[in-house]
This record gives sequence, structure tokens and C-alpha cells, in this order.
Amino acid sequence: MRRRALLGAALLAAPALAQAAPKVVVIGGGFGGATAARALHRLGVSVTLVERDATYLSCPFSNAVIAGLREMEAQRFGYDGLRREGIAVVVQAARTVEERRVVLADGATLPFDRLVMAPGIALHPDAIPGLDTEAMPHAWRAGPQTLLLRRQLEAMEDGGLVVLSAPANPYRCPPGPYERASLIAHYLKTHKPRSKLILLDAKDAFSKQRLFEEAWAALYPGLLEWVPLSSGGKVVEVDAAARVVRTEFGEHQAAVANIIPPQSAGRIAQAAGLTDRSGWCAVDPVSFESRLRPGIHLIGDAIIAGAMPKSAFAANAQARVCAEAVAALLRGEAPAPPKLINTCYSLLEPGYGISIAGVYQPKDGLLADVPGAGGVSKPGAPTAVRAAEAGYAEDWFRTVTADAFG
Amino acid sequence: MRIFAGLSLLAALPAAAAPPPGASSCAGCHGGGGMPALAGQPVEAIAGAMLAYKAGQGSPTVMDRIARGFSEEEIRAIAAWVAAPR
Ligand SMILES: Cc1cc2nc3c(=O)[nH]c(=O)nc-3n(C[C@H](O)[C@H](O)[C@H](O)COP(=O)(O)OP(=O)(O)OC[C@H]3O[C@@H](n4cnc5c(N)ncnc54)[C@H](O)[C@@H]3O)c2cc1C
Repeated sequence: MRRRALLGAALLAAPALAQAAPKVVVIGGGFGGATAARALHRLGVSVTLVERDATYLSCPFSNAVIAGLREMEAQRFGYDGLRREGIAVVVQAARTVEERRVVLADGATLPFDRLVMAPGIALHPDAIPGLDTEAMPHAWRAGPQTLLLRRQLEAMEDGGLVVLSAPANPYRCPPGPYERASLIAHYLKTHKPRSKLILLDAKDAFSKQRLFEEAWAALYPGLLEWVPLSSGGKVVEVDAAARVVRTEFGEHQAAVANIIPPQSAGRIAQAAGLTDRSGWCAVDPVSFESRLRPGIHLIGDAIIAGAMPKSAFAANAQARVCAEAVAALLRGEAPAPPKLINTCYSLLEPGYGISIAGVYQPKDGLLADVPGAGGVSKPGAPTAVRAAEAGYAEDWFRTVTADAFG
Repeated sequence: MRIFAGLSLLAALPAAAAPPPGASSCAGCHGGGGMPALAGQPVEAIAGAMLAYKAGQGSPTVMDRIARGFSEEEIRAIAAWVAAPR
């Protein structure tokens, strides 16, 4: 494996002979791509970042925006920090990836010695018959959808039923739907106390489940009901205009419905021939190099990362490891086997936070949990601990956004 | 020969001290956004805290779960790397 990577690196690098520094293009300026661009730049690589949008809207903390606890502008980050450091930022969509060059939407091309891609996810509302995301927003990409869901909740009359549906694994942010259910329940409790929330789940178990259920029983008794797969949690069809959600067991008349559809790696990954039959991208867990196209590295939500979840923390950690690996390969060296950390906080009401953490290492071609490490916050912990973790969540957000966007 | 030429030219890229396993993940939280920043702190203080958390001492919320993922040797290497100003 190592030998092959080395050989590949040298062959791929050959056309760069005429240039001073090897060229790396990064596609996607989210938590993964922006972090990778900055890390590569610090390692002396000449980097061009290709990002479709002029500014980035963060999903972490967007559930608080939906619940009216935070404003959207606090989620927005730009690329001037990267430009100031000397990173070239091209605000345009990448259309496809040819042999050693990226083709942009306007037809221009960018040559590269190595490519790093962090395109995030594609959402598949078509997988749920009847779904119209303007009537039943997903709000699983921060932006207009986030505000649409917030406005629908604000416009709802007291006593309405909110239906939220969580997809089967794998999907972006495993604890995200449960944090969202908690914060919407908080909004209902404080603004529309006769209302109810039903969380339909296409799974029978979920991330931090014991801690969420402990908090729901204490904070939202009778208000928030979780319906697992085995009790009719799977949404089979919706009538978007009538706001009816049908499951294997029956139907719910919603006032507001938030259906989170199944997902896959971002579309450009598929266009570039980087996805397998699962719709996600298989990579080498040491170098994050694609298993399908040598010279192209992938990080973040788009990849099959084994035990590592699809989180902004993970995308940021993978970006740094990937940048080191890309720099090593460009020097003709083999990247060293890494360890990576993930920590995800969830907010259950203002001042009530919980976390899940893990440490990962390459094993059997994937990233596996380091045995004995990781786990969730202690059940039954005093409120001071929950308050501390809510504070740490905000500390993390400030730090990781500064790390990614400067 | 082709390989050789490729390698020599790419030596234009300076080799900095690569982070030991796990070290680059720390910046996700410890970068000055509220959690203690690590650069410039005494190596012994960082390693000592991590080793105590690993042993179940103190009352961390998350660092015990993370410290258990590393050997003492790895912890000492991480501490030395993150403490270095950069
Ligand atoms: C409600 C919610 C809450 C969350 N909360 C947390 C949390 O508390 N903590 C946490 O760690 N994670 C959280 N997450 C998960 C987190 O948002 C993702 O894991 C993270 O954004 C993944 O980063 P990424 O770089 O892989 O993808 P993204 O952040 O999606 O970035 C991808 C970027 O690529 C760009 N792009 C895509 N295709 C192209 C193209 N063809 N050309 C150019 N640019 C392109 C996009 O415009 C985008 O900017 C949450 C997610 C949701 C939905």
C-alpha cells in the first residue's frame, strides 16, 4: 500500500517539474475544505480553493436559529481571511474533475498535482414520494431552508403538531435531529405550550440516546414523543400540500413538518467518479486518498470514515491530517498513520449541553474507534456539568470557525 | 529515473516537523476561542493533565474520554508538539 502510494505520488508529481511549488486545488470551502486549504498553505503548498458560494453558512448552531435562539448572521463566514493569507479563492462551482484538472462551471480549468475535495452532502428528497422541500423543509443545509422552517414554526398556531423525521444511517450529524427536536420542543414549551412534537425515526437507536431521553423526560414531558422504526417511525410518503406524513403504521396531520431526507456525498463527487454504490466515497484512512482515483483526496461528510461521524469537528480534524499527508506525498514521502479525535456537543435547551467524543485510528482500511476511549457525557450529571458543556459547545464553535475561516 | 526527478524537484517543499498522531485534532477546540490555548504552556503541565485524566483523576467533562485513546508516550509527544509556539 505504502509503496504504491509513493510511486503514485512521484508519477503524479511529474508534470509539476516546470513549476516552483506543487499545486493543490481544494474543492469546497466548508469546515473540511477551508481548514484543508489553510493547513496546506501553512505547509508551503500553493493552494487554490474552489467554492460555489461567496460566503459559508454553518450548520452547527443552526438548530438554535430554527428555535429563535440565535440569528442567521451569526452562522455566516467569509473567505477574506484565506485571501489575506495568500490563498487563491475562486467563487464558482466545480463541474467535474478530469485527468489532473478541475473543470469549473464557466468552462475554465485549474490544473493540480493533487486535489482535495470536501463537497459535503447531496440531499435526496425524491426518495420520499410527495416530498416538496418548500412545503416541508429539510433545513439540513444552513440557509434559506433554515429560515423557512423557523418562519413556519413562528406562524404555527398554539396547539399544532410538529412532525420531524430523522433518516436512516449514515447521514450528516448523527445527533443533529435529536438536538433539533429538543430545541424546537423548547420553543414550543416557551411560546406555544399546547403544541406537540413527534419525532419519527427510521432507526431504533440513535446517538447519545440515553442522555437525550433523560433530558426529554425532565424538560419536555408530554410534549416530545420519539417514535422508533419498530413503532412506525419510517416515513413512506407525504402529502406536502396537505401537510400529511404517512408512516408504515399510520398517518400524522402536521402543522409543520421537517423531513430530513436520505443523503449521499455531494454531487461533484459522483460526477467525478469518486462514489461507490453506497453513494459515498471510499478513501484510504491514512492519506484520505480516493480508492477510485489516485491523486484525489476526500474529507468530511462525503467520505466513508468507518466509526468517525459526519461532523464539522471530524471534517476539521480530517482536513489537518489530510493536509499533512498531501504535503508528505508531494515530498515523495509516505504519510504516517494518524490518530484523529471527534467531539460533538448538542444543546437540549439553553444552558443544557451534552457531548459525545471518540478517538480513531486506521484499521482494516477504515477509521476505527480506539478501544477504551470515547463515549458520552455521564447520565444523571448535575446541572452545573450540563451548563459547562453548553459553554464548551460555544467555545468549540468560536475556535473551529476561526480555525477554518481565519 | 522519472521518479527520481519528481522527488528531487518536489524537495522544494520544506519538510516541517509533522504532528505526532492525534496532535493536529487538538486545535479543533484549543485555539483561543474560550478553551485553554496550549501553545506556550509548559509541556509538563499539558502532559501531566492528560495523564491524570487518562488515570481517571480530576473531573473533566470530555478530556478523560479523549486521553484514554492515547498511550503515555503518545501523550508526551502530543504535549510537546501542541506546546510549541507556531
Ligand atoms: C442541523 C445541523 C447541526 C449540526 N451541528 C453540528 C455540531 O454541533 N458539531 C459538528 O461537529 N457538526 C455539526 N453538524 C455537521 C456539520 O455541519 C457537517 O459535518 C460539516 O459541515 C461537514 O463539513 P464538510 O466540509 O464535509 O461539508 P460542508 O460544510 O457541507 O461544505 C461543503 C462545501 O462545498 C461546497 N461545494 C459543494 N459542491 C461544490 C462544487 N461542485 N463546487 C464548489 N463548491 C462546492 C459547498 O458550497 C460547501 O460550502 C451539523 C449539521 C446539521 C445539519
